[in-house]
Amino acid sequence: MIRLERLTKSFGATVAVDHVDMEVPAGEVCVLLGPSGCGKTTTMKMINRLIAPTSGKILIDGRDTAGQDDVTLRRSIGYVIQQIGLFPNKTIEDNICVVPDLLGWDRRRSRARAGELLSLVNLEPATFLKRYPKELSGGQQQRVGVVRALAADPPVLLMDEPFGAIDPINREVIQDEFMKLQAALKKTVVFVSHDIDEAVKMASRIAIFRDGRLIQYAKPDDVLAHPVDSFVADFVGADRTLKRLRLVKVADAMMSEPPRVTAEDTLERAVALMEEHGHVSIVMVGPRGRARGVVRLDLARGRRGTVGENHEPLPGIVAVTDDLRKAVAMMFQHDQTWLACVDDEGFYKGYITQRGITHLLGATYGKS
Amino acid sequence: METLAFMVANWSVILARTLEHLSLVGASIAIAICTAVPIGIAITPNPRAANAVLYAASIMITVPSIALFGLLIPVLSLIGQGIGYLPALVALVLYAQLPIIRNTYAAITNVEPALREAARGMGMTTFQRLREVEIPIALPVIVSGVRNAVVLNIAVAAIATYIGAGGLGTFISRGISQTDVRQLLTGAFSVSVLAIAADLALLGAQRLLTSPGLRT
Ligand SMILES: Nc1ncnc2c1ncn2[C@@H]1O[C@H](COP(=O)(O)OP(=O)(O)OP(=O)(O)O)[C@@H](O)[C@H]1O
Ligand SMILES: [Mg+2]
Repeated sequence: MIRLERLTKSFGATVAVDHVDMEVPAGEVCVLLGPSGCGKTTTMKMINRLIAPTSGKILIDGRDTAGQDDVTLRRSIGYVIQQIGLFPNKTIEDNICVVPDLLGWDRRRSRARAGELLSLVNLEPATFLKRYPKELSGGQQQRVGVVRALAADPPVLLMDEPFGAIDPINREVIQDEFMKLQAALKKTVVFVSHDIDEAVKMASRIAIFRDGRLIQYAKPDDVLAHPVDSFVADFVGADRTLKRLRLVKVADAMMSEPPRVTAEDTLERAVALMEEHGHVSIVMVGPRGRARGVVRLDLARGRRGTVGENHEPLPGIVAVTDDLRKAVAMMFQHDQTWLACVDDEGFYKGYITQRGITHLLGATYGKS
Repeated sequence: METLAFMVANWSVILARTLEHLSLVGASIAIAICTAVPIGIAITPNPRAANAVLYAASIMITVPSIALFGLLIPVLSLIGQGIGYLPALVALVLYAQLPIIRNTYAAITNVEPALREAARGMGMTTFQRLREVEIPIALPVIVSGVRNAVVLNIAVAAIATYIGAGGLGTFISRGISQTDVRQLLTGAFSVSVLAIAADLALLGAQRLLTSPGLRT
């Protein structure tokens, strides 16, 4: 856990960071967000004391960092910068092992760990360990930059716009890789960004800065749903509602335990079920409950026969683990107002409707 | 032809003079590296001090060598060493300062700030940062400063014969005083060959000392 207490830094007359109070719970990713010059980097560098605070305190796991030796403190905090900063005179292996070597770890142990870490970010150790930084692409170098920060397994990680210099497509990939790593490692991460989409994607909490002051500190969905003032609202963008789609899972927006029919059911039964629920279509499931097709009310009414003989293919399916952005995209793509939702194995779990999504997003605005 | 005959006849003397020359230059460079590299590193955090030091070293190098030898005579006479090996050595050490300090300073200040910050942020001490990052990256440029100094000192050492320090310059001074073209050419030729050979040898050393990650 990292705690900032009335943290302040002035450079001469400029107050770069102004009485900031915040707490990053262990295992969470806190994204510091804000326009250029608002004090994000300065705040972050005070945590590993690359910049000494003018006043205020920083506590890591309850210990005041001011009382500790700077060098020892920094070795216990992973550090990733935008310019990557791999040492060109060292191999990838030796770059990754910089902090373990400083800590005097056994060489065999640290070199073995370097290989493991590389495979975690999809770089083949046999190919890359003995290479030099100049022999890697920018994206590969930044992957190494990230695992280098993790090498000595520090509980805390500081990242200053780590993916800022990487092209948009690769950035998405490396963000996803990092989130997968983070899900497994549960580091306490302070992450500087000026990209709201990146923040929404990565953050457990977002801290929005303006002119050195912390304006809002909240979960991403709260920042998007309830910006505290017009500055934050402008900063997160007019399309903030659309951004929220990414934060809500299909499982949280769908109607569960939906009515269903099987291939052997008669059309009369299908019609009766639809009328009972007020639906215009009903999903047909296989013997074990996998979503297989759909029967529409207007075509089934007044006809005889079984569901199996009269069903149509499902127009669209989403997984319950997908986010609403994907669901909405699929609705537009297939020109549908609803979609069937299935779990990983294809079992029919529920359905999601356009009205349901609108209602869910609207309901949280109503709160404010 | 005559010169060639002279060289063949006197090869053992030439060899002895060459060794004398080399030992003077070698010793001066060894001492100069021990002073100039630390000075070049020490002035990096402070541009004002750096300018002052570089200025002083450039003035030093503009003093004609014969004048510098002359200036050192009264100073070193105080310890009874006014002429001979010691004043020559001192002068050469002084001359070698500028190329080595200048290259060391330039190379260390040119290390990317991001690398310095990464090193600091990962918990390296100032000394570790120099040893692990800054010096290895600066090394090719530092060695090229040393090469400049060596070539310079091989030439300057040829004049040290006038204060009795021996070396290949002896052939040249005798060639002049005895109007003996053979000796003159022998001295000039040997000095040039020595300079080229030393430069090539150091070029090899420079390659070996450069991390493969820095080679272009
Ligand atoms: N070493 C310094 N000396 C003087 N002023 C500084 C120094 N470092 C930062 N500042 C000032 O402090 C303020 C905050 O800078 P900081 O680098 O923290 O901004 P930032 O939010 O990281 O911006 P960016 O998104 O551009 O990286 C700026 O006004 C900057 O000019
Ligand atoms: Mg910054």
